[in-house]
Amino acid sequence: MKFVDEFRDPKLIRQAAQEIRRLANPDRHYRLMEVCGGHTHAIYRFALQDVLPPNIELVHGPGCPVCVLPMGRVDDGLSLARDHGVILAAFGDMMRVPGRTGSPLEHKARGADIRMVYSPLDALKLARENPDREVVFFAIGFETTAPSTALTLRAARQLGVRNFSVFCNHVTIIPAIRAILDSPDMRVEAFIGPGHVSTVIGCRAYEFICRDYGKPLVTSGFEPLDVLQSIVMILRQLEEGCARVENQYARVVPWEGNLPALRAMAEVFELRPFFEWRGLGFISQSALRIRDDYADWDAERRFSMPGVRVTDPKAAQCGEVLKGVLKPHQCKLFGRECTPEHPIGALMVSSEGACAAYYNYAMRKSDAVAV
Amino acid sequence: MCLAIPGRIVEFLPAASHLAVVEVGKVRRKVNIDLLREDGLAIDDWVLIHVGFAMSKIGVAEAEEQMRLLAMLGEDKQAMEELEGYRFG
Ligand code: SF4
Repeated sequence: MKFVDEFRDPKLIRQAAQEIRRLANPDRHYRLMEVCGGHTHAIYRFALQDVLPPNIELVHGPGCPVCVLPMGRVDDGLSLARDHGVILAAFGDMMRVPGRTGSPLEHKARGADIRMVYSPLDALKLARENPDREVVFFAIGFETTAPSTALTLRAARQLGVRNFSVFCNHVTIIPAIRAILDSPDMRVEAFIGPGHVSTVIGCRAYEFICRDYGKPLVTSGFEPLDVLQSIVMILRQLEEGCARVENQYARVVPWEGNLPALRAMAEVFELRPFFEWRGLGFISQSALRIRDDYADWDAERRFSMPGVRVTDPKAAQCGEVLKGVLKPHQCKLFGRECTPEHPIGALMVSSEGACAAYYNYAMRKSDAVAV
Repeated sequence: MCLAIPGRIVEFLPAASHLAVVEVGKVRRKVNIDLLREDGLAIDDWVLIHVGFAMSKIGVAEAEEQMRLLAMLGEDKQAMEELEGYRFG
């Protein structure tokens, strides 16, 4: 195996791997879900699965925001640029996500005014620079990103920017975890908890997973050693027969989360009664919409959108991969019709998507951790 | 978009702007610091930046670690592109 010498303290990595092998009961099969797409990326990049004994299986969770967005929402966003002539501002991650009639990038090539931005504040700036145009920000992301949209909307109101609005597709991670726990075809022993989402929501929000479902959750950093240490912490809990929330990433994640961020979200957003997730279907109270106070800046109220539901191409198995039921390479289209160059599903677009990560690393050569 | 970029605070702009100047490598950019108002930020503090907003205060060791992680994941160039791409400040 190739060894990456920039790893901090390979000895510690070796020790963690040994501890995992010691703790794992050979008579048991462990399915551990990493909720966050950032972890999925790191796990493939460093081939961490190869370090683990075969009875520890890492299952990829729903924590990639572009991957869980149903195609109908992509089409709705694109209709704003096409039918209403707005300037549609979107993060780079969205630009190559396929809609039914092509990706934002393809629509841009056909003449739609779609601009890539790195921050919602850049979208607001576009609106101020183009007072005679309507500018809509295509907002996606979990709780890591939602506070920045909230603060941008607050700034828009304070500054009285009237030609700016947000197409809100923010989702919340807790209901998705609950849906996975309640899903009959899902068997997960424990969770590797998201790192950056937790900087906002803190650790308390996960306590129901331990209390009501008896499963451990350990919020984890993104380095190979972090992930391995989190697995050690999970296995220790399973061995003791207990389930609690632990914070492996305490150097970045405060237990209580970020209160100003939570307040900004609560001021601007409220929960939608339900929202469709790709692969997981409709999940109640799992997404954010803009409160009445901010109705003037809500693209869904200012513009009529088709709001149609679009089913994914038949052979595409994005849903099964998102739920962790199938591995990326088990999708019939993987590596054939669907590649990073010609993606059919969003999981093949984003670096946080399981299919892209698997394609880029597992198919080629990842920098495996030597043990 | 899911990137978290470490930056060092080098200057605070007037409170009404909600901005501070951060330095990452040799690049300086303005970012919004409203989410860390209660953390008593000071010059030379390190923060993690996400889509133009400082998200959490971190130590210098964590900042270095995050930089190395971005490089190991092949996302360091993308992170600098994002930072240099901020237009709002
Ligand atoms: S290979 Fe493509 S179509 Fe299949 S699950 Fe992955 S993204 Fe979806």
